[in-house]
Amino acid sequence: MLLKLVPQDTHIQFIKYRLAAYIFSGLMIIGSGVLYFTDGLNFGIDFKGGFLIEAHTEQTADLTELRRLTGDLGLGDVALQTFGQDNQILIRIEYQEDKSLEEVVELVHSTLETQYSDTVTFQRTEAVGAKVSGELVEAGVMSVVLAVGAVLFYIWIRFEWQFGLGAVIALVHDVLLTIGMFSFTQLEFNLSIIAAILTIVGYSLNDTVVVYDRIRENLRKYRKRELPDLINFSLNETLNRTVMTSFTTLLALVALFYFGGEVIHGFTAAMIWGIFVGTYSSVFIASPVLLWFELRREPEEKPAEGKEVIPEQFR
Amino acid sequence: MLDFPRWKVILVSLTAFIGVLLSVPNFLTDEQIESLPGFMPSKQVTLGLDLQGGAHFLLEVDTEETIHNMLLNKGQAIRDNLSDENILHRYNVTDDGLVIRLTNPEDRERAIEVISDLVVQVGASITDVGTDDIIIEGGSGAVINISLSEAAVIARKTQSVQQSIEVLRRRLDETGTRELTIQQNGEDRILLQIPGLESTEEIKFALSQTAAMNFHLTNLSVTPDDLIRDRMPPRTTRYPSIEKDPQTGEPLFYYAIRDEVMVAGEDLSNATYSTDENNQPAVSITFNTRGAKDFADATRANVGKPFAIVLDGEVISAPRINTAILGGSAIITGSFTVQEANDLALLLRAGALPAPLDIEEERTVGPDLGADSVAAGQVAALIGLAAVMIFIILTYGFFGMIANVALGINIFMIFGILSTFGATLTLPGIAGIVLTVGMAVDANVLIFERIREEMARGKKVLSAIDEGYSRAFGTIMDANVTTLIAALILFQFGSGPIKGFAVTLAAGIFTSVFTAVSLSRLLIVKWVRKKKPQTLEL
Repeated sequence: MLLKLVPQDTHIQFIKYRLAAYIFSGLMIIGSGVLYFTDGLNFGIDFKGGFLIEAHTEQTADLTELRRLTGDLGLGDVALQTFGQDNQILIRIEYQEDKSLEEVVELVHSTLETQYSDTVTFQRTEAVGAKVSGELVEAGVMSVVLAVGAVLFYIWIRFEWQFGLGAVIALVHDVLLTIGMFSFTQLEFNLSIIAAILTIVGYSLNDTVVVYDRIRENLRKYRKRELPDLINFSLNETLNRTVMTSFTTLLALVALFYFGGEVIHGFTAAMIWGIFVGTYSSVFIASPVLLWFELRREPEEKPAEGKEVIPEQFR
Repeated sequence: MLDFPRWKVILVSLTAFIGVLLSVPNFLTDEQIESLPGFMPSKQVTLGLDLQGGAHFLLEVDTEETIHNMLLNKGQAIRDNLSDENILHRYNVTDDGLVIRLTNPEDRERAIEVISDLVVQVGASITDVGTDDIIIEGGSGAVINISLSEAAVIARKTQSVQQSIEVLRRRLDETGTRELTIQQNGEDRILLQIPGLESTEEIKFALSQTAAMNFHLTNLSVTPDDLIRDRMPPRTTRYPSIEKDPQTGEPLFYYAIRDEVMVAGEDLSNATYSTDENNQPAVSITFNTRGAKDFADATRANVGKPFAIVLDGEVISAPRINTAILGGSAIITGSFTVQEANDLALLLRAGALPAPLDIEEERTVGPDLGADSVAAGQVAALIGLAAVMIFIILTYGFFGMIANVALGINIFMIFGILSTFGATLTLPGIAGIVLTVGMAVDANVLIFERIREEMARGKKVLSAIDEGYSRAFGTIMDANVTTLIAALILFQFGSGPIKGFAVTLAAGIFTSVFTAVSLSRLLIVKWVRKKKPQTLEL
């Protein structure tokens, strides 16, 4: 007997719960907004400029000593933490108006090399100036907006405008909730998170398009069926696929999260969250919102008297 | 739909075979690749800087001063010509341009004519007449405003960036054996990438020096007291010595240097490391024809006087000219270490940068960390792959195995594509592959679910499979095109590692559609034709 995540024949009334879903999503979006404007995102140096230095020491890193040494450099707030292992440290320094990137890097390197009691090996140094970080923010925002726009256009061409709008509502929902998640967890928000968001956009859309495709197909097939019923039916038909694909993608991502190393933790965390949000939104948001718009149905051929098509016979 | 003509079978099999073959070099050692016959592919995936270690710099050419000098030169020419025409005027340099105030407003027309004669076309080519380098505008009556045109500024910036790139290449890769990337990035930026670098010190040294070296006479009339108080006579500037007090970091000496350049550094034809008569490190230099003549003239006329060698605003040394030097070569001594003399020789050989370079972005990754990332990525990919494969078999049984064969070939093909196109594999790129593993199954899931549905509707095995594939196809296309759009946008806007992610994502989309739609269908059709099953366990 083969494993089935979802029983073969389901009749879940997704559409019935749409009000609950709207309220839930609305609250989540408001919550994300509040978190974003109160806690804000923990921007990485890609977006606010500054320095990130990853180093490792022979012995367990003496954080107190390291904090004292870096704190005395006159570089403002220096954030220091272990990274993965206890002899692996990550140093974050704010962008310095009055010093060149080079001077700061040089200062930190030479101070730790000469004054710390243990051997320090620098493994990664990133320094981003104010100008570049500003441009990266611009490019990041631009790419997300452009992706959403391009998708709207594609679905409009392939389907009807109603579907395009529905997909974009779902996408904006996903992006907002992802930003909310990052405001809540205070995970570092950097360039790779933008990549993650764009991938989430792609993934969520993938999910949405599959459901839409089925709705469109059923619109042609069952011309008499009530729209809510038809959407519900389509969702149930594609449910197994939706769950399967989300599950296999999650399997791969969880492996990446646990074994892929510290550097891509944020990226995988965003993706895992995105899979949940994207799957949820294509079922509970993207499809029900189609009810808001007048879906144009194919012109109906007048069925002859007494030969009324009974929807049940197709079930 | 289920008819697989022979040519199609061959085409699909061949595509898969070539795709896999192209990935083979990635699993071989360098020696093994060497010993492969010539027709075999030998390209490996290039690892990004984050995986093999290396340095990435985004430099900005500080052209402000260059542009300002351009304005000053133009102003000088305008003043000279106005004076030649006896047009009395006062002259001002502002941030945006030149302001000329005529003493007699009635000279205005004549003055504009004189200035117009000095306009030069920039950016002219066969197809384009070019644009004026200055704009004469505004003001009225006695005032004439002159500013540099945008085209002229851009042309000068581009020129500076191009020159800087050439100089950097000579400095960093004199032998041409390093695999470094130096390219213009935007209007006034340079992107510099150096893979597999252990230390960035040498690079930073090369970036930090403008290395503009000139020979000047010193002004002997300045008293030591004036020198200390920086009271310089006209056309004389005080320069510090390059030698610094080891304790305070203050210059050891100051020199009063005449502004006039006797011999310009750009007239050097070569510079090499050598030693002086006391066996101390030194740099021996050779001038080109013009430099040799200038040097001979200058030394002949100034025997007995000190001759200062000024590098980037600091005096290396100021030796006394003992006799006229006619041979066109000289030796620069100073208190160099061997390393310093070698470095200076390299900088002088490579030439001076047209403008200082500012580091705007710097990212360096040590080779160890890169190797760790590769290892972690491999482990994650293998575990993810295994988990997905097991799950697929549990769900779809025999069909799952076929999907897994397709998935395996899919991954080889991604590597094949990446190797062939010389794409760069980055850490996010590995994540992209792992993600593809999860998502690639999607196409097969879509198909299998369709087949299940068709079976449930009571269709026969063959027609269920047929329907399943043909109906799922449109959905697969739509779903993948949308992901492809996201990947393309990522590629366009992303930088470095993110680009690598976009590339693997896009490659994965193509290969997964191919393996799911063509390859798995071929396998299933072959199996159905052979076994002729009455029902499918799916």
